[in-house]
Amino acid sequence: MTTPPEPPAVQHTEPVPPGVRDGLRRAGRSLLRDVPALISVAVLVLLLLAALLAPLLAPHDPMRTYAEGLSARGAPVPPGGDFPLGTDPNGRDVLSRLLYGARVSLTIGVVANGLATLVGVTAGVVAGYFGGLVDTVISRITDMVMSFPILLFCVALISVTGPSQRNVVLVIALVYWTYLARVIRGMVLSLREREFVTATRTLGVGDVRIMVRHILPHLIPAIIVYATLGVASSILIESSLSFIGVGVPVPEASWGQMIDDGRRYYEVAPWLLFAPGLCLIATVLAFNLAGDWLRDLLDPTAPERR
Amino acid sequence: MDALLDVDDLVVRFATPTGDHPAVRGVSFSVAAGERLGIVGESGSGKSVTAQAVMRLLGPAATVASGAVRFEGRDVLGFPRDELRRWRGAQAAMVFQDPLSSLNPLVRIGRQVTETLREHLGMDRRAAAVRAAELLAEVGIPDAAARLRDYPMTFSGGMRQRVAVAIAVSCSPRLLIADEPTTALDVTVQAQVLDLMDRMTAELGTAVILISHDLGVVSTFCDRVLVMYGGRVVESGTTEEIVGAPRHPYTRALLGSIPAMTGPLPRRLPSIPGSPPQAGAHVPGCSFAPRCPLAEDLCHEVEPSMEYGVACHVAARAGERP
Repeated sequence: MTTPPEPPAVQHTEPVPPGVRDGLRRAGRSLLRDVPALISVAVLVLLLLAALLAPLLAPHDPMRTYAEGLSARGAPVPPGGDFPLGTDPNGRDVLSRLLYGARVSLTIGVVANGLATLVGVTAGVVAGYFGGLVDTVISRITDMVMSFPILLFCVALISVTGPSQRNVVLVIALVYWTYLARVIRGMVLSLREREFVTATRTLGVGDVRIMVRHILPHLIPAIIVYATLGVASSILIESSLSFIGVGVPVPEASWGQMIDDGRRYYEVAPWLLFAPGLCLIATVLAFNLAGDWLRDLLDPTAPERR
Repeated sequence: MDALLDVDDLVVRFATPTGDHPAVRGVSFSVAAGERLGIVGESGSGKSVTAQAVMRLLGPAATVASGAVRFEGRDVLGFPRDELRRWRGAQAAMVFQDPLSSLNPLVRIGRQVTETLREHLGMDRRAAAVRAAELLAEVGIPDAAARLRDYPMTFSGGMRQRVAVAIAVSCSPRLLIADEPTTALDVTVQAQVLDLMDRMTAELGTAVILISHDLGVVSTFCDRVLVMYGGRVVESGTTEEIVGAPRHPYTRALLGSIPAMTGPLPRRLPSIPGSPPQAGAHVPGCSFAPRCPLAEDLCHEVEPSMEYGVACHVAARAGERP
């Protein structure tokens, strides 16, 4: 390429790399146009703040039984007054427990699910891309994990490791990665046959690069959908575990545990069910809507909405 | 003469539920440095499979049963993984039929061009980006530096194929295989892309294997032509020989089915009667015999071997090419 027939006008200006600031500005603009997404992101930010600042925001000690938290007959106190969201049958402040519970539920939803996503995507891509023995081994492991009822599997693991928040996170991640690995593997099986993968391979690009740079972008929408749905599932699994007493150990608060408590008293103290229930629904919904928005934002083939 | 690429008696088999079927049956040819070889044939003639075998792109269902592929004397089929990776892209590159599917729709053009530069030439991000902009400008992409940030969907079909050519020649390969590079394009764009390939490879002295079903495209571009039918080479020669004095009945029929540019159009466009052999439906004699106007009893019984550049009992009797 030393002497082209007609030397084209080559611009030697440095091509600008796709800037992060540019992306953020685009994100901001699309958020302003998408009201549900805007609300969802706001809810998630508030939730995060609530969880982080729980010690400052909580009006009471979430684990302490207050004498004035129970009526003369020993029933929980309805919302209002000293206890904005009422108290539970143990005379503990529901609002404070809710704030501290957000820490537990968010940690479990985000950390457990984040771990699961990381492991699941890696395993799925590797299995689908290489096939053969690697695929067989990974697929059999996912089969094995999935053939147990989730709850039973978690209970079995926790009864070995002992209940603690960290163990609950690990156990949920250990179970949940298999679902994502399955889906991702299937997608990669078809993606690796696409011509652009072949074309990239004929250019001598290494396997790791092909997987990360060329296949992963095609998986982003699925990963976001599964990860946001997974947040909800993880929080719910945690609540089930708490229900049978192998989740986050009492008296620490978690939303799942509070819902299970509330179920038993909903006729006399409906706030016990509604307060954590509404929080859970809002969180799950916000994650899903924000996930949809993020998916569209990251899709370069989607037309930019005006 | 030392060949750049030497393919010797290549046999490729496909495993199917009904057994192993040969798609390529003993193909031999060689390409000298800087030479341009055309491979023509209709769908299923084995021309693309041959190219895939050379580039080691055959899927798990296909295996090279026998034969050799040598590049500068080195055994391509025996390359270990790392050597294969270093060879592909740097010394042998490929342009595919449909630039819509050979460029990754979700990866910016810049990355797709710089990737090869960084992998093989060890350029850093900056140098590769500058070089990529130069390359795109050379293949005629306007405002090349800015377009590095765009995704393939914002390019037209012809422009995408230009980009694909730019990527293929970016590391100055010694061999470029183009598998139907113009088939998916408009006729006017076809000529531009062929011109481009002509210019880029002439500058680098890159040898080209152009695979096409279109004798017209091949004859304007190539020095030599192989005609393939039913997984075998049935005729080979210089472009003038093949186009000017075709000897195999199949080559003649192929040329005869191109409508003349002058004179009245025939009522029906000429075509070759019958259809090409199905994979696995192998007949003992010449695979073209069922469709051949000159076929004799011998043709249905004994497969002709390559003599004087043609694999045909009838044509071989006439002796060497006049």
